[in-house]
Amino acid sequence: MIWTNILKAFLMGGFICFLGQLLLNYTNITNGKILVFFLVLGAAFQAFGLYQPLIDFFGAGASVPISGFGCSLVNGAVEGVKQEGFFGGIKGGLEATAPGIATAIIFGYINAFLFRARTKKK
Amino acid sequence: MNKTQNKQIPTKEVQEKCKIKSYKNDIKTTPYVDYVLQISPKSPHVRNLVWAFLVGGIICSIGQIIIDLFVANGVETKQASVYASCILVALAACATGLGIYDKLGRFAGAGSTVPITGFSNAVVAPAIEFKSEGLIYGVSAKMFTIAGPVIVNGIFSSAVIAIIYLILGV
Amino acid sequence: MPKKIGRQTLCFDNAYIIEGFSIAGPKERDGNFGSYFDICLDDDKFGEKTFEKAECKMFKTAIDEILKKGQIHPDNIETVLGGDLLNQIISASFCMREYDASFIGLYNACGTFAESLLLGSALVDGGYKDNLICISGSHFSTAERQYRYPLELGVLRAPVSQWTATGVGASVVSSFKNRKICRVTKATAGRVIDFGVRDVNNMGAAMAPAACDTICQFFRDTKTTPDDYDKIFTGDLGRLGKKILKDLLREQEIDLDGKLEDCGDVLFKEEQQTNQGGSGAACSAILFNSFILDKFKKREYEKILLVGTGALLSSITSFQGESIPCIAHCLEISL
Repeated sequence: MIWTNILKAFLMGGFICFLGQLLLNYTNITNGKILVFFLVLGAAFQAFGLYQPLIDFFGAGASVPISGFGCSLVNGAVEGVKQEGFFGGIKGGLEATAPGIATAIIFGYINAFLFRARTKKK
Repeated sequence: MNKTQNKQIPTKEVQEKCKIKSYKNDIKTTPYVDYVLQISPKSPHVRNLVWAFLVGGIICSIGQIIIDLFVANGVETKQASVYASCILVALAACATGLGIYDKLGRFAGAGSTVPITGFSNAVVAPAIEFKSEGLIYGVSAKMFTIAGPVIVNGIFSSAVIAIIYLILGV
Repeated sequence: MPKKIGRQTLCFDNAYIIEGFSIAGPKERDGNFGSYFDICLDDDKFGEKTFEKAECKMFKTAIDEILKKGQIHPDNIETVLGGDLLNQIISASFCMREYDASFIGLYNACGTFAESLLLGSALVDGGYKDNLICISGSHFSTAERQYRYPLELGVLRAPVSQWTATGVGASVVSSFKNRKICRVTKATAGRVIDFGVRDVNNMGAAMAPAACDTICQFFRDTKTTPDDYDKIFTGDLGRLGKKILKDLLREQEIDLDGKLEDCGDVLFKEEQQTNQGGSGAACSAILFNSFILDKFKKREYEKILLVGTGALLSSITSFQGESIPCIAHCLEISL
């Protein structure tokens, strides 16, 4: 059971990254743009309710890529609309993804304290 | 013929011999640019794709292992998935600080960019890089130079979708 | 001899290079010319807190050491000409606050060294100055952060990309003949050429047309041919750029086979994974002031061309979708 979960996650996660690499290889897209592209793609899929089923089936394989982040943004916003109407929709997205963003900020700060940029050999 | 164009052509007879025509501002591609594209070495497509698949898959598998561990300890799947993302973000942040993540990115490409760990790397890398400009204008201000667009576009599109839901009354 | 010939070419009678000095980073030390550099750093932070300060210290070290090496009293240096790749050429200008010599800051991206030699020779030959220092350099980590991404960001390096060299090269140009290593005899200041290349990674392809234009103009103005020269050194076109330049020149019926060397191409070894080789203002500066001057000292070269090439882009223009204008300056250096 656990192994099938991991295999599913591996295949789906690998596939999404594979798509990203296809884009990188064949277009002039930059790193920042590819993150935004997959995020918006995930959000657009979830707008039609298409992404959550992927997460339910593939687990981390669909939720860990940045498109999963887009999906939870939309989930949060839609949930907010259902509960509080307009203002729920405004705040819901950020609310749902706050843990991830906050972790990035906190650990970014800590790491900036601890480390300095290193020069590269390769 | 405008002035800039004139300037780039050495002499008339040389231009006759030169197949490459000079560049005009309104044309996206020129014979020269096409020729450059032709002659430039291509990325090793297959190798890049395989690495992206493997590294992306492994990062997601680690996420799945964390989720399963949480679930086994009685955490709800949805919560477990959020916690797993946080842990991956934290791990990637530390890997960036230790100078490991950029080495991974050198060959993994999208495999290390597309997962949430890539987002974390994009936040932490400029934070460390701009430490020399101080905590306020360096670390804090530059933290979202690369990852900022993700949050901006994400929140904006999620709000738009939510409002469409509201209007349609779904 | 006339002071100018043709459309763009200047002639100098009394501009002598009497000393050269180069300081290079660890990766350059491991490259093909490690043994030629005067000083090689083990740590490219050079004991400083930031990479910018390290670059500045490299400039300062280069000036101090070249004076020591050439046994020149600091008061004899009237002017320093030079620049680097950073915004507002901070490294060169900040280092100059420690010196009494006047400073002329220059920027032609990676072609800055050729530009400074051109202007320096003109000043000396014109009798305005007797001794001056031409200096130029770059640093991988400062350039990377200004032009590309933060160092710790994990990105694939494009196969056409080049590696900014770390180092500073300086030459003393003087009107005193008795100590000469070689002389700058002719110089062609280039025009800005833009063939519409937009890919910021592919600087070699962007700069090749500029190098081609200047080289053609030089041969036309001076009525010389490649056979008159032992070698023709271009600045930092890289492997791809060199190949393109050869193609472009062949179309103009100039054949440089066996004569053309590119400083960026030869600076690093193949296995150092720099893709197309080195780039940056340091590239031609450190190679000229170590390897090439050494060859002149041993009298193995009689006459060479040094073509400094520069891509005049900034991160703002590339985001605005502009193509990359480029420049090249050609210098004839003879024994």
